[in-house]
Amino acid sequence: MFKIGVIGDKDSILGFKAVGMSVFPVTTPFEGQEILEKIAEENYAVIYITEHVAKDIVQTIDKYSDRRFPAIIPIPSNQGSLGIGMSGVKKSVERAVGADILFRDE
Amino acid sequence: MALMRVNPTRMELTRLKKRLNVARRGHKLLKDKRDELMKKFLELVRTNKELREKVEEMLMTVHRNFLIARAVMSSESLEAALMFPKQSVSLEVSTKNVMSVDVPVLEYKTSSPDDTDIYPYGFAATSAELDGAIGTLSNVLPYILELAQMEKSAQLLAEEIEKTRRRVNALEYVMIPQLEETIKYITMKLDENERGNLTRLMKVKDMMIEQARQAMNE
Repeated sequence: MFKIGVIGDKDSILGFKAVGMSVFPVTTPFEGQEILEKIAEENYAVIYITEHVAKDIVQTIDKYSDRRFPAIIPIPSNQGSLGIGMSGVKKSVERAVGADILFRDE
Repeated sequence: MALMRVNPTRMELTRLKKRLNVARRGHKLLKDKRDELMKKFLELVRTNKELREKVEEMLMTVHRNFLIARAVMSSESLEAALMFPKQSVSLEVSTKNVMSVDVPVLEYKTSSPDDTDIYPYGFAATSAELDGAIGTLSNVLPYILELAQMEKSAQLLAEEIEKTRRRVNALEYVMIPQLEETIKYITMKLDENERGNLTRLMKVKDMMIEQARQAMNE
């Protein structure tokens, strides 16, 4: 049985607790990195991480991209979207196709 | 193209020809695999993009609702209300095989089956805005999980495509030309030996005829 984790600043992720996910409030990206590395080894299948935390620990997140679990998914925080999640999609397109063919027109 | 370091023998030639055949077949198969993977990937990533746009929009609504809820309640009572969740989500993970890539399939189970039974607090001390916020968030749940599944699949497929493309290119531009070149080299070398042998035989025959003629004359 796998769990769902959420990492981010307290105000953005508090609500996720009510729907039954495990929330890990952090204040600095460094803290976020430590927690991510810790819970990635536990049985979390999906870890959502707010973009404001994710933007400073991209390297740590990329480390898990080739592994089947956990899936680390950036989500917008309450300060708005930074476009990191979209750029992740774009990155996999570039990796597979060699050129960006989805977002060309934007 | 660099030649392989082989002995130009007939044995070696047969061996290399076999290898070339295998390489050609492998190349064709891998190419087919790459094309099919690419097709699957593009389909997936297109829906992925749309879903992400949708989820981000939904999450922004959730954040807005929470912001309002926080504005009308004190943060202490808000936190107290959400301190002990009633609902819990657990994931059932299985894998699906897409062109020999194992992609995850997530199925979620909530502890309380009723969607309206998720509020972990009494309604007396909390505001209606909080109820609304949690309600919207719980509606996002299936989408956000689908997003996770899709995004992970896209990442894994992208990795596999990259790997397959490398293999195809290595076969197409390195292995196969090298084998062809070496086979050509061996064939030419063998032919050359054959011709050398023939000339030698003719020469020897001439010499023998000459010797025989001299012996007759004496």
